[in-house]
Amino acid sequence: MLFVIISLIKIIAVINVMMGIVAYTVMLERWVCAWMQDRVGPNRVGWHGILQPMADGVKLILKEDVLPHHVNKVLYTLGPLLVLIPALINIGVIPWGSNLPILGYDVKCVIADLNIGIMFPFAFAALSVYGIVLAGWASNSKYPFLGGIRSSAQMISYEVCLGLSVVPVFMQVGSLNLGKVVEYQAGHLPFVCYPHMWLSFLIFLVSAFAETNRTPFDLPEAEQELVGGYNTEYSSMKFGMFFMGEYAAMFVMSSLMVTLFLGGWSLPFAPFNAPATSLVVGLLHIGVFLAKVGACLFFYVWVRWTIPRFRYDQLMGLGWKVFIPLTIVNILIVGAVLAWLVK
Amino acid sequence: MIVQRPKLTWWEQTYIPQILAGLWLTLKHIPRRKFTRQYPEEKPVLYGDYRGAPTLVKDADNRVKCVSCQLCEFVCPPKAIRITPGFRPEDRFDAKVEKEPKDFVIDMLRCIYCGMCEEVCPEEAIFLKNDFAITAYKREELQFHKEKLLELGGVHDDKIWKWKNK
Repeated sequence: MLFVIISLIKIIAVINVMMGIVAYTVMLERWVCAWMQDRVGPNRVGWHGILQPMADGVKLILKEDVLPHHVNKVLYTLGPLLVLIPALINIGVIPWGSNLPILGYDVKCVIADLNIGIMFPFAFAALSVYGIVLAGWASNSKYPFLGGIRSSAQMISYEVCLGLSVVPVFMQVGSLNLGKVVEYQAGHLPFVCYPHMWLSFLIFLVSAFAETNRTPFDLPEAEQELVGGYNTEYSSMKFGMFFMGEYAAMFVMSSLMVTLFLGGWSLPFAPFNAPATSLVVGLLHIGVFLAKVGACLFFYVWVRWTIPRFRYDQLMGLGWKVFIPLTIVNILIVGAVLAWLVK
Repeated sequence: MIVQRPKLTWWEQTYIPQILAGLWLTLKHIPRRKFTRQYPEEKPVLYGDYRGAPTLVKDADNRVKCVSCQLCEFVCPPKAIRITPGFRPEDRFDAKVEKEPKDFVIDMLRCIYCGMCEEVCPEEAIFLKNDFAITAYKREELQFHKEKLLELGGVHDDKIWKWKNK
């Protein structure tokens, strides 16, 4: 019973914090984009535009929800749901802190402490392809259809790289549990500090961009060619859900990157190099995690406003001809390094 | 012209140096001075020959310069101007000018800011001035009548006083 109540509280808290961060990532996107182009950015709603996401939300909800007569109504409605929900589910296995000792009860800072760990978010991230494919197909219109096709090919290709690129991490840790991965890094150093993990990190980073459909791999929604891509026929909050789903997926990918390579809630000095024993330290650990995720999100935005989009054949070439062979070679190299270190 | 493709080194072919250079470039722009003008609070600087809304002007004696010859009404391409001619009172100092408009309406919903009225006016009585944000809640508010036009135009202290010594 207590477990159920605590889990419910954790779910509500995490989803709320996550949606807040998602809203403000959109805000960050618009601000950083503006600053990089020597503009000011949104600054009208509230102090320096700080309430802009609320205004956007109200606008999206109040807009007319157009249901075109030529669409497959069931699948058309299902599309945006299938994009948003996997991202929300995925956050369940991310350890967003060490633990919070409250009233003699040690609350673990993860909703579902699964032993299959990394397999879970990859499985559900793969499901979000269906959302985009269904949206593209059910819209019954050429541009969304092209966007859906591109997206399915791209996400399926890069999932392979994504999955293979993280294998070395688990080879070194010896467990798939994400909490264990972070504890290992807390005891040693974040994996990004080890030279034999750099290739893994680079490939994971690039594949994460491709997996979340972000520039330079945002071909499914290439505005100039596809009039918005798979979400062309959507309006109002259905469009808003695609939007939220994209940013929520960014948040999940950033969290995964932080967990796997940047040390999660840990920093290489006390009291951040061991699970928390007091409430204050536990909260600080959550703060460290959120700060790292924030930095990753900024990096996403930063890259978007810097690098132009890849051509489609270049994208697929990079995935299949460069990254997949590289990840396999990388697994062998890391295996050799680990064997040599152990000996 | 044949453009020779530059021979890239292995390191350059990975795109990594170019990407890092690009990231550094965009990062450098973040703290730079912004070019945005905060419009309603910060008005743009308009120069003397700016062609905003057409207005009627008075001369230094506070005399309405328009003599209602209706040339501007005739030349106006979108037919935005309607003039009701009238006479100046016999007992006023400017009685010798004889005519002045009883009413002078410019429909700002039709005006295209071409400036032909200003060009054609033999009395230099109509000028396109600095007002560019013409907004209203009702259509009637955008029918600018004589009083409104004179208020927008103000006084022009010209060098040539055509009617002074006639």
